[in-house]
Amino acid sequence: MLKIIFSVIARDLQLAMRRQADIVSALFFFVIVVSLFPLGIGPETDLLRKLAPGVLWVAALLATMLSLPRLFADDHRDGTLEQLALSPYPLGLIVTGKTIAHWLVSGLPLALIAPILGVQFDLAADALWVLTLTILIGTPALSGIGAIGAALTLGLRGGGVLLSLLVLPLYIPVLIFGAGAVEATVSGLGGDGHLSLLAAMTTAAIGFAPWASAAALKIALE
Amino acid sequence: MIDRFNLYRFASPATFYPLAGKLIPWFAAAGVLFGLVGLYIGMLVAPTDFQQGEGYRIIFIHVPTSWMSMFIYLVMAFWAAIGLAFNTRLSGMMAQALAPTGALMAFLSLWTGALWGKPMWGTWWVWDARLTSELILLFLYIGYMALVAAIDDPRRADKAGGILLLVGVVNIPIIYFSVKWWNTLHQGSSVNLTKSSMAEIMLWGMLLMALAFWMYAIAVALARVRTLMLERERNAEWVRKMLSEENA
Repeated sequence: MLKIIFSVIARDLQLAMRRQADIVSALFFFVIVVSLFPLGIGPETDLLRKLAPGVLWVAALLATMLSLPRLFADDHRDGTLEQLALSPYPLGLIVTGKTIAHWLVSGLPLALIAPILGVQFDLAADALWVLTLTILIGTPALSGIGAIGAALTLGLRGGGVLLSLLVLPLYIPVLIFGAGAVEATVSGLGGDGHLSLLAAMTTAAIGFAPWASAAALKIALE
Repeated sequence: MIDRFNLYRFASPATFYPLAGKLIPWFAAAGVLFGLVGLYIGMLVAPTDFQQGEGYRIIFIHVPTSWMSMFIYLVMAFWAAIGLAFNTRLSGMMAQALAPTGALMAFLSLWTGALWGKPMWGTWWVWDARLTSELILLFLYIGYMALVAAIDDPRRADKAGGILLLVGVVNIPIIYFSVKWWNTLHQGSSVNLTKSSMAEIMLWGMLLMALAFWMYAIAVALARVRTLMLERERNAEWVRKMLSEENA
């Protein structure tokens, strides 16, 4: 079972590595969106420190969304997806592998670069640490829920816009607890509770979302 | 006629279409009746609230629409589950027919809430848990309708929409509680089963209005599902037969 997941991850990673520009452009999208906020709001440090968790998290949601349409579209176009669906292994496992691979190329880089952007917003060291941790824990849930949307909108007109319409409302809990953990740390309350809930949501999303995505893929492939 | 009554018979559009046509006037009449009595009680009989004055009377629209907006989503998810499990044609059409009404209810609930909030809280909108989750519910309705509208093949639209509805139904409690812990200002619910903090006559007015909206929703959904059935089955034998009989 793990072998299937790992081989799907390895395949998707290899494909992603051949198109590194895609990974980098999503990452720079994140950086640019975050850098636009101080320009729009003004450089007051106190205000920026307050806004930082929300701004970084919303930018992270949008950056993850960017790469979602391609999660299944490329494989769908060249027929690989049908072959995968015909294989004797459960489609849910294959989708799990693809979701994890998506997280590795879109969520993980965000977590790595977030502390640098946090410094620009004058966050303290402990808040930076929590911010990195929340993005690290929270983005797998984004990939999992996003995969459902990507599967539902596979091959549709205007898929990208539709995808954001479907997925963004479902992202709200992750946003609330992700940004909430950082905010609670900044205000001195401690973000442990938020972090636990975030981890719970990620676990649930990784466990259940691939099966919903697999069902949606089967409908799209009919 | 002799064989026992079989409910599953009405899972077929050919038999459900005439039944829906017969039911619509009854539900519409019940909606008007309940609405008239409910408005009479709400606007004329119910006493003025000692804190909120006359302005509270918007509750007779606001609370029933909020109830209906949540209830209709559950009904849609129920039809989606039936449709996915048994692969019935009618279930997806029912879910689609209900969606615009549900979105309308969510919108009305937000709108009347804003109108009520201005005199009572002094603001049209606050980022409070209940308001926010109602807004998210409206987004979910819009997302469902957009997805269904984007898919040309009606069977795929039904199924894809069904999965989205079921995912949404799993997510709604999570969204609700996360938003609730995030921020809350809205007054607690005034009605619960064991004791109600309202005068009895107000409660009656509200229940009647809820029934009125309920009947309205059923009548409108049935009317909409009839047009959906005609549109999708326009090449089927029963539609041709019926139309030629009507034209004759």
